[in-house]
Amino acid sequence: MDFLRPASWEEALAAKAEHPTAVPIAGGTDVMVEINFDHRRPEYLLDLNRIGELREWEVGADAVRLGASVPYTDIMENLRAELPGLALASHTVASPQIRNRGGVGGNLGTASPAGDAHPALLAADCEVEAESVRGTRLIPIDEFYTGVKRNALAPDELIRAVHIKKADGPQQYSKVGTRNAMVIAVCAFGIALHPETRTVRTGIGSAAPTPIRAKAAEEFLNAALEEGGFWDSKKIITPSVAKQFAELASGAANPIDDVRGTASYRRHAVGIMARRTLGWTWESYRGTGRSTEGVA
Amino acid sequence: MRVNFTVNGRPQEADDVWEGESLLYVLRERMGLPGSKNACEQGECGSCTVRLDGVPVCSCLVAAGQVEGREVTTVEGLADYAKHREDAHPGGGCATGACGTSLQDAQQWKANPKKATDSQTGEGATNPDATLSPIQQAFIDAGAVQCGFCTPGLLIAADEMLEHNPQPTDADIREALSGNLCRCTGYEKILDAVRLAAARQDRQGLQEGAV
Repeated sequence: MDFLRPASWEEALAAKAEHPTAVPIAGGTDVMVEINFDHRRPEYLLDLNRIGELREWEVGADAVRLGASVPYTDIMENLRAELPGLALASHTVASPQIRNRGGVGGNLGTASPAGDAHPALLAADCEVEAESVRGTRLIPIDEFYTGVKRNALAPDELIRAVHIKKADGPQQYSKVGTRNAMVIAVCAFGIALHPETRTVRTGIGSAAPTPIRAKAAEEFLNAALEEGGFWDSKKIITPSVAKQFAELASGAANPIDDVRGTASYRRHAVGIMARRTLGWTWESYRGTGRSTEGVA
Repeated sequence: MRVNFTVNGRPQEADDVWEGESLLYVLRERMGLPGSKNACEQGECGSCTVRLDGVPVCSCLVAAGQVEGREVTTVEGLADYAKHREDAHPGGGCATGACGTSLQDAQQWKANPKKATDSQTGEGATNPDATLSPIQQAFIDAGAVQCGFCTPGLLIAADEMLEHNPQPTDADIREALSGNLCRCTGYEKILDAVRLAAARQDRQGLQEGAV
């Protein structure tokens, strides 16, 4: 094994180009587990800790450019107003020690369907900034997850940042697990209201081979809200609409039975989380309930 | 490979480090500092918690090569770290090299609690400087230590919380310690210990303010 320690982003890209099999390591919270347990012996480890800009973020007019290694702790503490869904999701990641090291770049690189950030990223809408010595490209999040623990990155590419749309309405995140810390999600659900475009976006975690959106549920809800004039009237959403939304979200899930839960439980729980998070965000939109900021 | 970094305020060098080795392994097996415990090796239990540039992390999930040039504080250096923090002199930042805990002292570190020095064996008396940090003393006084395996990680995590949150709520304490598993105590005594350390810190602050 060789340990590559690039001192700059340019050096990191050069190293990745020269050694496409190199495994990037930032927080180490996934990679080191695999090495400790002898599940993985990469030929090269590519340490990204010395590259300071990966831990920085910029708040722009419409989006936050979040460096790939910004620790979850920083997202929770500093970006609750701009990225409420992701801040909530960040707070559910493992434990303080892990949140101090791990970041969204690792979740995306690993692309596990159970990654906590994914449902929030899908719901908020974002683009992954991937870079190589050949250049930079922005990959829409809907095209990023390509299979179980597979993503759209080319072998010579590294994740530089994620461009996440700033919240223009309430967002929520819900996760099922056996305790409040140190759990891999049994399943998770993210929702974001986008009043500017009068749309609702969702994200489902741990209930399909990849993180997914509940597109049929979104389309149904978008149409129902538009037809009923809900965005203007801010009426309480009709229970039958919420129920149908939940059923469609549940139907979008394509889970498996595993040690953490059964497929039928996951389908059921996704529906419950969809209905509840819709209720929470809508109450917030109506101005009667929780604020837009996550309670991270 | 070779790794140069600061351990408990003193510069150290580790040689022949395997590239996939964890910081925990380097501390325990190469530096002879077994205070940080090796239990789950997957970040679940928190018993290997150390501070990396002041931030609590699981040392089993930090690759040794990632600590090059950085500062690590282990439980062996906690007393000194807390002392210098009290003196408004953060551990590791001492230009004279007078503060910090040498590798030899850290390797021979033994608890020397204020009340519990064993008068028969004289244990603790051999190293009069090895007094306890306030959080360590509180753990002993509250009976928060049973088998002791989780204790070093809990001490580092609790000490760090009290540093930036001197008056924590119970919810704050539970959250700050949520990454540290204990299988003996049922956590109640640990919570008592952290409350005790916070109350003492508070009282001390008041007294100093009154002077």
